[in-house]
Amino acid sequence: MQGLIDRLSALLSDGTVARVLGWKKGDMPYNPEPHMFETAESLKDFVYDGFCGANLSKMMIEASKLEGKTAVCLKPCDSYSFNQLIREHRVDRENAYIIGVGCRGKLDIDKARANGIKGIEEVSGTELDGPDSVSFKTIYGDKEMSYSDLLLGRCHVCKGKEHMIYDELWGESKDTADSERFDEVKALEAMSPAERFEFFKKELSKCIRCNACRNVCPACSCRKCAFDNNNFDSQQKANVDSFEEKMFHIIRAFHVAGRCTDCGECSRVCPEGIPLHLFNRKFIKDIDELYGEFQAGKDPEAQSPLTDYTFEDCEPGIVAERSNG
Amino acid sequence: MYKISLDNINSLFAAIAESKELFLPVKKAGQANYANWTEDCEVALDSLKTVKSPKDAFFPQFETLYKVNRKIIPTDASEEEGSETLVETKLRTKLEITPTELKDKDFVVFGMKSCDVKGIEALDKVFLTDPVDNFYKARREHGIIVALACHEPEESCFCTVFGVDPADPSKAKADVATWIVDGELYWKAISEKGEELTKSVASLLSDAADDAADAEISNITNIMTKLPNTKLSLEGWGEGKTDEKFNSEVWNELYKPCLGCGTCTFVCPTCQCYDIKDYSTKDGIQRYRCWDSCMYSDFTLMAGGQNRTSQVQRFRQRFMHKLVYFPDRYGMYSCVGCGRCVDKCPQSLNVVKVIKAFENEKKEAGANV
Repeated sequence: MQGLIDRLSALLSDGTVARVLGWKKGDMPYNPEPHMFETAESLKDFVYDGFCGANLSKMMIEASKLEGKTAVCLKPCDSYSFNQLIREHRVDRENAYIIGVGCRGKLDIDKARANGIKGIEEVSGTELDGPDSVSFKTIYGDKEMSYSDLLLGRCHVCKGKEHMIYDELWGESKDTADSERFDEVKALEAMSPAERFEFFKKELSKCIRCNACRNVCPACSCRKCAFDNNNFDSQQKANVDSFEEKMFHIIRAFHVAGRCTDCGECSRVCPEGIPLHLFNRKFIKDIDELYGEFQAGKDPEAQSPLTDYTFEDCEPGIVAERSNG
Repeated sequence: MYKISLDNINSLFAAIAESKELFLPVKKAGQANYANWTEDCEVALDSLKTVKSPKDAFFPQFETLYKVNRKIIPTDASEEEGSETLVETKLRTKLEITPTELKDKDFVVFGMKSCDVKGIEALDKVFLTDPVDNFYKARREHGIIVALACHEPEESCFCTVFGVDPADPSKAKADVATWIVDGELYWKAISEKGEELTKSVASLLSDAADDAADAEISNITNIMTKLPNTKLSLEGWGEGKTDEKFNSEVWNELYKPCLGCGTCTFVCPTCQCYDIKDYSTKDGIQRYRCWDSCMYSDFTLMAGGQNRTSQVQRFRQRFMHKLVYFPDRYGMYSCVGCGRCVDKCPQSLNVVKVIKAFENEKKEAGANV
C-alpha cells in the first residue's frame, strides 16, 4: 500500500491532480470511509485493503465539477460504473485521473459477525497481497476465517480482473468468481409465481425506506428523485409494506435497467440485508436473452439495447404475445 | 428474583400473549427486528442489537392519525325545484373525520436492552412535555418493558459513555429486569407494572437466589471496560456548546462521504423527527405521520424555503441535535451509545467518528500552539 500512497503523493506534489479520492482509515479495523485527500501530508491516513468495498465512481459526479483533476481509485468493477457515468454525461473524463487499483475481492464484516465473530479489536490479513485467511483478535478470543468466506456476495460473481478504464494501474487483481453469475436468478425463475412473490415479500417487508440503496447507486444519479419530490404523491415517504414490497424497488430496478452494471452496492449497503441486486440481475439476464449479451459500462461508446431501436428488435411482453397469438 | 428455563420460554411468551400483545426480537429473512410474537415466529433473544431499535413500539415508523371521508348528503326533494343546474349545486357534502383510536390495551416489549430503554427516556422528553403527544402517551401508559442484560456486548457498543448500565437492567427505567445465564432467564420486577406482569405469569416462574445474576453483571461490566468506544470523552459537548461546535471547520470535511440516506436516523433509538402528510384516498383523505430524516433534502421544507439546503448543514444538524441542542433543552444527550449507526452506516460515518474528529482537532490545535 505504501507504493500506492507514494504514487498518489507524487501526483499531488507535481500538480497532475488537485486532490485524491480514496479511502481513509477508520476508527475500527474494518470501517474505512471514502475521503477526499487534498494534500500529500493528509495521505498518511489513506488506506486500501479488503474493507474498501465502497464504489467511488458516483462521488466523481461532484468531484469532476471541481477545479483541477481528481485522482480516483477504482477497482475493476468500479470502472464499469465510471464508464457508465461517462456514457450518461454525468462525469467529466478529462477531470479524472483514474488509478486502477488491484482487487482480490472485498470483504463483508457481517459475514464475520454471522460466524460469531464479535468484540473485534484487530483484523489482519486484509491487504491486497495478504494471505488466504483473515485473523481476528477479539475480546472473546482469537478467530480466523478464510478470505473467500468473508467476501461480499458480489465478489463471488466477479466480473473479472480487468479495469475497463484507467490512466494507470496499481497492484495485482484476481478474478474471485466461484459461482455462475445468473445462478441466483435462475433459482428465482424456477420458483412458482406464488413462491417468488412470497420470497420477495419476506425480503422487502424488511425495507425501512432509508434510501441507502438508491443514494449509493451510481445509476441513480437524477438530480431530484421522483420519490423526493414533495409536490407529488409519488414522494411516498411513509414506510408501508405494500409500497416497498410491490413498488419502490421494482420501479427503481426498471429505472436503472440497461444502465445497471451489477456493481452490487445496493445489496452491500442495505441495513436489512435485502438482496436487492437480484432485481437488477434478473433484468440483465433478460436483456442478454432478448437483445444479445450486453454489459453496461464495458464500453462508454456502446449504445444500450434499451435506448437503441432497430427493426430486428424482439418484441417481448404481453402485448406482443397477444398480437402474435 | 425468579427464573424460567429457556427450554420453557415459549410457554412464557404464550402466557403473556394470551392477554397482551407481545413485541420482541424476531428473526425474519436473516435479520432480527422487533415484531409481534406468534407461535411460529423465530424469537431472537440472543440478538444483541436488532436492526431497528424497538422505538416502533411507542412511536411507529408510520401511523394514520385520522381519516376524512366525504359523504354526499342526499338533497331534499322539495329543494329540487327549478333547473337541473340548481339541483347539482344543491348537492351538499359533509366531511366526516374519524380519528385513530388511542392505544387502550396493555402490551409487553420483551428483551429491550438498557440503551434502548434510555432511548425511550429521550423520546419521553419530546413527546410527554407540552404539547403532549396523545398517541405516544397512550402507548407509554400501556407499554410494559421487560429489559434484558447484554450478554456479550460488541465493539460498536458505547452506552456506558452516556451513563447506561448494560449489565444491570434493573437500573434502567424498565418494568422487569432479566438476565440470561446458562440456559435460564432470571426475572426481577422493578416497577408496579412489572409486579403485576410477574403475578400474571407466576405459575411459570420458580424462585431463584437474589444474587443469581451477580456474576453475569460483573462479567458484562468488565467486558465494557475493554471495548474501544467506551473510552470516548464527551468533553466539549453538551449544554451551551452551540457556537463553538456549530462554527467549526471540522464539519466541512466530515460530511463529505455522507450519502444523505436515512439509515442512521431510522435505526436510531432516539431520533424522533416526523413528517405529517395527507394521502388522497378515493373519496377522502388519510392523514398520516411517518418518521422523517434530517438527512433528507426536503426535511422541514416549507413555503418559505428556509430549510437546510446543503448536506453539510443536514449532517451537522443531526449530531448537533444529539450532542448539543438536546442537552441544552432537556438536560440529557439524545445518543444512548447503542452503536447501530456504527454498524449500519453505508459509508462508515457515525457519531463516534464525529466525536473523535473533534477530539483530534483539539489535539492538533494544541500541538500547534
